Amino acid sequence: MEVMETSTNSPCLAALTCVLGDLSQADGSASFTHGNTSVLAATYGPCEVRMSKEILDQATVEVVCKPRVGLPNCADKYRERHIRDLFQATILVNLHPRSSVMIVLQERQDDGGLLATSINAACLALLDAGVSMKFLVAAVTALIDKDGNINLVPEEKPSDVEASASLTIVFNEKDLQVMGVTSSGKFSQEQYDRSVSLCRKATEHVFKFYRESMERKLSKSV
Amino acid sequence: MADEVRTAQPKEFYRKYLEQGVRPDNRELGEFRPTVLDIGSKNGSCISTAEGSALIRLGNTIVICGIKGELAEPKTETPTEGYLVPNVELSAVCSPQFRPGPPSEQAQVLSQFVANVLKNSQCVELEDLCIAPGKMVWVLYADLICLDYDGNVADACVLALTAALSNTSLPVVRVDEETGKTETDFKEEKKIQLTCTPISATSAIFEDNVLLVDPTRQEEELSTGLVTVVTDGKNICSLEKPGGSPLKDQQMRLCIERAFQRHTEACNLITQSQGSTLSTLTSPLVDR
Repeated sequence: MEVMETSTNSPCLAALTCVLGDLSQADGSASFTHGNTSVLAATYGPCEVRMSKEILDQATVEVVCKPRVGLPNCADKYRERHIRDLFQATILVNLHPRSSVMIVLQERQDDGGLLATSINAACLALLDAGVSMKFLVAAVTALIDKDGNINLVPEEKPSDVEASASLTIVFNEKDLQVMGVTSSGKFSQEQYDRSVSLCRKATEHVFKFYRESMERKLSKSV
Repeated sequence: MADEVRTAQPKEFYRKYLEQGVRPDNRELGEFRPTVLDIGSKNGSCISTAEGSALIRLGNTIVICGIKGELAEPKTETPTEGYLVPNVELSAVCSPQFRPGPPSEQAQVLSQFVANVLKNSQCVELEDLCIAPGKMVWVLYADLICLDYDGNVADACVLALTAALSNTSLPVVRVDEETGKTETDFKEEKKIQLTCTPISATSAIFEDNVLLVDPTRQEEELSTGLVTVVTDGKNICSLEKPGGSPLKDQQMRLCIERAFQRHTEACNLITQSQGSTLSTLTSPLVDR
């Protein structure tokens, strides 16, 4: 087991922290914190798949989102579907036909931007497990307030209550194109365009953070 | 011959059509299937026992929506707000891919999507559903049942729901302050006011570069991703792209543009069908 903690501060995002490989039994794990939101991700696989979920020419990606307390509800299912579709397109699924890659996400603390944090945690866990991917992905949540200002750092507390709209945008590392979007609240097209360019800049920072975390994990101390 | 290719090599089959800028069912890339809307009222067709109802056909896809009203106590933290509870059912009737039993994952995801659209667009003011603050409010159950699943159920659900809500009327209920008894006046009815009409438009991404609006089931299966944009005519109420292949900004803009176009079309359709009982939206090009 190798535990590595990396943290960083950036002008446009809240503090990012991650611990790679802190679960001994999982094939890969990462605990990712963005501001006050924290998610623990574990991945298993490629391993055996249930007959009913088997796909003949590719691996099946399974995602389980665990809420902090209680049983998973519809909103968790919704998150699961989003993350599953995202990684089904990201992981090189054709390399492992008739097998399963499982991602388990445990919410630890939610202070806004849970989906984005979950996606980033899952990506780091897959990276830790060494699952082959087409590219890395990173998500950032943008908050649009009543005056139309776009903000990436939830100041003080809850994002969704104060903001009139919020957008979670996922980018890939290859050419920084939009992989996934989820929104809440109303916003105009112009606000969307501005959020995309702002998030695009911020994700570059997240990708840099991924790289730093991996470098630390893989470097040897003498 | 064409049928064999369609079954054996569906991708190749579609590729050949899309090279020419048309789809196998004669549609253009940005064209919706013919839409038939039937809005029910108390004395009209559709579900006459429901407070509001609508049936929509989008090509072969059929979704029926019924709105039922019940009385309940409001939550303590929101004493003046009623409830609006949507539920999407993908029963075993609509497609062999669904089994009888508890709701499938897709049904749960769709229910959540519809709930998000209602919450984001705020088309129904929950405070309008209040009868006596802190004591009694309306609960509206919006049940959406898919009868035939031929792709793009999300758009069909949103349109059916909007149409049904736009024609929902509730009896006037009075609460006696002293005794706390309720009195329902079925003769006097009040229509629910919609602040906006959310309409959605879904596009499927084919081979990472072609965008097909209103995908059929086969198109959905072949696609490498879906984008759903919900608009209220002025703003975007919801933008959903759950994974799938990456999309250029320009392509996303096209999806948003199409959603605004669809909004105008669909609003006209709803207004028309409120007058008559049955309305069809067909473009002259389509002949199926």
